Amino acid sequence: MKEFNYTITDAQGIHARPAGELIKAAKVFNSTIKIAANGKTGDCKKIFTVMALGVKQGHEVTITVEGDDEAAACEAMETFFKANL
Amino acid sequence: MQTYHGKSVFGGIAIGKIKVHQKGQQQVRRTKIDDPDAELARYEAAKGQAIEELAELYDKALREVGEANAAIFEVHQMMLMDDDYNESVENIVRTGLVNVEYAVASTGDNFSEMFASMDDDYMKARAADVKDISERGIRILQGGGNGMEDADEPAIIVAEDLAPSETVQMNKDKVLSFVTVLGSLNSHTAILARTMGIPALVGTDLEAFGELDGKLGIVDGGAGIIYVDPDAETFVTMQAKQAEDLEKKRLLQELKGKDNVTLDGRSIMLYANIGNIKDLASVLQNDAGGIGLFRSEFIYLERDTFPTEEEQFKIYKTVAETMAGKRVIIRTMDIGADKQCDYFEMEKEENPAMGCRAIRICLRRPEIFKTQLRALYRASAYGKIAIMFPMIISVDEVRRIKAIVEEVKKELTELGLEYGEPELGIMIETPAAVIMSDELAKEVDFFSIGTNDLTQYTLAIDRQNVSLDEFYDPHHPAVLRMIRMVVENSHKAGIWTGICGELGADRELTATFLKMGVDELSVSPGSILPIRKIVRETDLSK
Repeated sequence: MKEFNYTITDAQGIHARPAGELIKAAKVFNSTIKIAANGKTGDCKKIFTVMALGVKQGHEVTITVEGDDEAAACEAMETFFKANL
Repeated sequence: MQTYHGKSVFGGIAIGKIKVHQKGQQQVRRTKIDDPDAELARYEAAKGQAIEELAELYDKALREVGEANAAIFEVHQMMLMDDDYNESVENIVRTGLVNVEYAVASTGDNFSEMFASMDDDYMKARAADVKDISERGIRILQGGGNGMEDADEPAIIVAEDLAPSETVQMNKDKVLSFVTVLGSLNSHTAILARTMGIPALVGTDLEAFGELDGKLGIVDGGAGIIYVDPDAETFVTMQAKQAEDLEKKRLLQELKGKDNVTLDGRSIMLYANIGNIKDLASVLQNDAGGIGLFRSEFIYLERDTFPTEEEQFKIYKTVAETMAGKRVIIRTMDIGADKQCDYFEMEKEENPAMGCRAIRICLRRPEIFKTQLRALYRASAYGKIAIMFPMIISVDEVRRIKAIVEEVKKELTELGLEYGEPELGIMIETPAAVIMSDELAKEVDFFSIGTNDLTQYTLAIDRQNVSLDEFYDPHHPAVLRMIRMVVENSHKAGIWTGICGELGADRELTATFLKMGVDELSVSPGSILPIRKIVRETDLSK
């Protein structure tokens, strides 16, 4: 299992559009990719659970990745968060 | 005549027949079924069609209103493919042995309720997106058409609310204006109306709007009013206003892409003032040659803690990249005086306009200053950034700033971070800087005159104090002489001078500034084209 923490800098937080992009980026991988924030956990491949976390600017999220392609997936997720959120 | 009021989304006048858009009321009945597999196969087929429709809508929106507005239809597709949503539909069908229309309606209600109960206005508004996708599914299952019929002639569309998919489906040639009872200024419909540039109102106090269908209406977008069955006087007034608006719009469109050059060949740069990334769209729409003043203090004012280097870097990089090689002049934070930030923990001052503000804070607290400079230098690798320092009074200050800049560059090199070489300029907004402008010009790449503070400090009149209006002359010859002196001194040293205060947009002075040899005017985005018009009609040889 691999994981990293990231603090959201995007002024609007994880709103609909980046949530959509996140799901697209996560679905490329076989691994299970979870996002935890505000005491709740969601599945990065499911748009409703990601949006329902209500992640805003300044919130810290923890991404955990588990599966056969976890190294590549974790790296791709980290790049995605840095570039988009 | 009836008059109703709403919130203005976009200005302009629309005159035409009202077409009321009623949502096809979906009656979903709960019926028992025997074969859940067959029922779910219907669902799979309907879902496939819905996703296809949304892909088409995405393409249509992409062509007509751009990527940012189209993205929502991609999100809608993902919502329809969401595992939780689909599992909920399947569970309801299998456990209740009920029809799939009912399962979709219940799932849609439950999921939109989840958003509606969130503690965040943006997420609350997403409930409408979930309803929109569920209604699409049900409509396909019930074998309905796409729900939108175009008016046979261009009309004012009146509705309780419009889902983004409904707005995009409309034939744009048949829409004069949108008027809705619900909806916020940030709803997709409002954003689309702005992109299309048509008058629109949301949150309108219409009663029994169903009865308005077919009546004559006039929408005054700027004033936020819709007149129904207007009287003759209103009709004539509004018609004249519409003609005037259209003429202005036409003239301004004609001026897009044209040079800012007088009849006798003297040219000037016209840049835009912005305070926020959100202003970039209007900068581009109005054809600004660059950004003459990005008020970076707004990044500090909009929050409760110091913005990090990374946050600032992202913002500056976005602006630089969006302006694609055009000059972007970013003013380092001008906190203090009337712009206070609690977390700076500044001491109370008797006279804050003359107190510890802007560059004085930066020189006293270099750690704050360096964070901003690092972000600015790193972002400079992505476009043509220029940095401008406010409230300068002496050459010594400029040299101190440059020493700090050298430290920042050294730190970035040590960290192996990429950075650019921005131009460095100063604001001329104190009489001291004007008097010293010959010496200051040898230290920097450009000057930008901040006329608001320069006027206040020169005339010794507090601009917030309205009781002094009888003494206050914005065109005071002392101020104009100072501007002339700065321009002359800058040209002697081979650098250029702009004006970024309110006077820059003062159309009575445009010709005066051209004569003085001012090189650049930075004004609000909406003032760019009107000033370009004046420049192009001016002949300095006469």
